[in-house]
Amino acid sequence: MSEANLPVGAHAGFMEASPFAIPSKKLVMWLFIISDAVTFAALLFAYGYIRNASPNWPHPFKFSPSIINVILMTFILVSSSLTMLIATRAAKAADKAGALRWIFITATGGALFALLHIREWFGLIKEGLKLFENPWGSPMFGASFFTITGLHLTHVIGGVIALTVVALGYKRGRYNADDIEIWSLYWHFVDLVWMFVVPMVYLLNVAR
Amino acid sequence: MSAPTNTRDNLKTDITVYFVILALFGVQIALAYQNADGAQLLARMLAVALIQAALGVMYFMHLRDEQRNLRLALIPATIFVMLMMNMIWSDSFRLLHMRPLLK
Repeated sequence: MSEANLPVGAHAGFMEASPFAIPSKKLVMWLFIISDAVTFAALLFAYGYIRNASPNWPHPFKFSPSIINVILMTFILVSSSLTMLIATRAAKAADKAGALRWIFITATGGALFALLHIREWFGLIKEGLKLFENPWGSPMFGASFFTITGLHLTHVIGGVIALTVVALGYKRGRYNADDIEIWSLYWHFVDLVWMFVVPMVYLLNVAR
Repeated sequence: MSAPTNTRDNLKTDITVYFVILALFGVQIALAYQNADGAQLLARMLAVALIQAALGVMYFMHLRDEQRNLRLALIPATIFVMLMMNMIWSDSFRLLHMRPLLK
């Protein structure tokens, strides 16, 4: 019997199983993560292209306050990945209170990271860093720095909002443990992107 | 969905991976203050970052617990696209020698 001859509604029994044995929501999150990883990679490659082509690339990051601030931000972000893992584990074990507590700790870590990052931005702007101008060297530094760190900061702020929404929905019964696991993938991804932003943008430009 | 009921999947492993990632970050900081030349430093930094990313994807994101065909669908294509991006470098070096970005 060809598919064209099937009566309406008779397709249900013929639905193909998921090729990866995961729910479609999780597959969509993985596909988003892959496309976002390529976006960040393209930005970092563009940054490398400009940096390599500019003989007077600035090295503005002193150990104090810039690198100390980056160490603190990295510690907070990586720790928030651990708290998100604990939240997912609690949700899978049907420990609703525990899952909510750990999600809110994760979101607080994300908010703290964002505040530290914004404080760093204001510090650099005060020192004279602008989009196409800075007192240290190549004028392209500001545009590339703000674009890469800004996109990452947007992801962190978006993640904090998403985690809060999912946590509140989970509390009301609208979302379940699978939704928390799916959003934990996003949060870990934001953490992993930072692992590339730090060496490329900060550590290769430390002031000596 | 892959529930974390797998025997391999326990909190102890997560905490170990967490400390390994932090330790690797410490290695990156130490590398930054060595007097290595730019290309060498970049290669070392990226190698450490790739290890961190692999640990995060496999253990934090539990990709190692998913079916092999999901890993095959996601990882090789992403690596291929990122490798193709390396075609920009010859033009970047051309600009370096022409110095149009020097102000």
